[in-house]
Amino acid sequence: MEQKPEQHFVATRTFVFTWLALLLLTGLTVEAAHLRMGEWSMIANIAIASAKASLVLWFFMHLKYERKLFKVLLFVPIATISIIIWLTFFDIWYR
Amino acid sequence: MNETTHIEHRDYIGAKLGMWLFLFTEILLFGGMFLVYAEYRQVNTADFHEAGREMNVFIGAANTIILLTSSLTMALAISEIHRGRKDRSVLFQAATVLLGVGFLVNKYFEWSDHIRHGFYPDSPQLLAMSHGKILFFGLYYVMTGIHALHVVIGLSVIAFMLALTLRGGVSGADYVKLENAGLFWHLVDVIWIYLFPLFYLIT
Repeated sequence: MEQKPEQHFVATRTFVFTWLALLLLTGLTVEAAHLRMGEWSMIANIAIASAKASLVLWFFMHLKYERKLFKVLLFVPIATISIIIWLTFFDIWYR
Repeated sequence: MNETTHIEHRDYIGAKLGMWLFLFTEILLFGGMFLVYAEYRQVNTADFHEAGREMNVFIGAANTIILLTSSLTMALAISEIHRGRKDRSVLFQAATVLLGVGFLVNKYFEWSDHIRHGFYPDSPQLLAMSHGKILFFGLYYVMTGIHALHVVIGLSVIAFMLALTLRGGVSGADYVKLENAGLFWHLVDVIWIYLFPLFYLIT
């Protein structure tokens, strides 16, 4: 089977903007930790971390430019982990 | 621009798909450890908050910035080789390796500092502490340790790719190896993105 590499040129500024957004979110996550919002600061930190991870996956790891198969497959490990963590927490909360 | 000439048959999609499947197993490996962290933190909330105070947020944040920047240089290294600009790609790959080494140097100073203060697995000072704090430091050393091991492996792979690029084994016409090395490096970055708030910012 003959396949060409993706002939999609991603502009350098796309990567630089992604990096700037990541730095901004890092500053935000450090600030969020200082706010002492109790359990909410952990939730904010996880949400910000997930936003950063999505930026890395989408732009740096080229997921945006890959075929649909790659995007769909990524849901398998993420869903597996989420379900396992969810079920474990049900055990902790309602034991 | 460098146009791909098809002399041999190559399966780029297959190569990248294989790499992604491997990355999924890595996600599950770290996912298992995140699960253990989540459960123990839920059960020992107060201890985890106190133990987290021992962490140096400045070093953690500095290492986060270093890894994020190294992800940028890696993405640019691939984008430059894609455009057929070998020299620039080599420079960006070298920058990635240097940043990765910088991360490990920071880690060395950070861990030396913990050890000087008596916080290391099985240290008398740690064993005298509460159960939750022992768990926190155990998880800290295992998770950041396995992550650091991934940094070392990633660095070695990128250094190898650098040599391959110089010799022409990685070029504008065939750079899927460099892309896959990049995917691994970015995943190491993604894992650190979660480790940083979980261990450094929970006070």
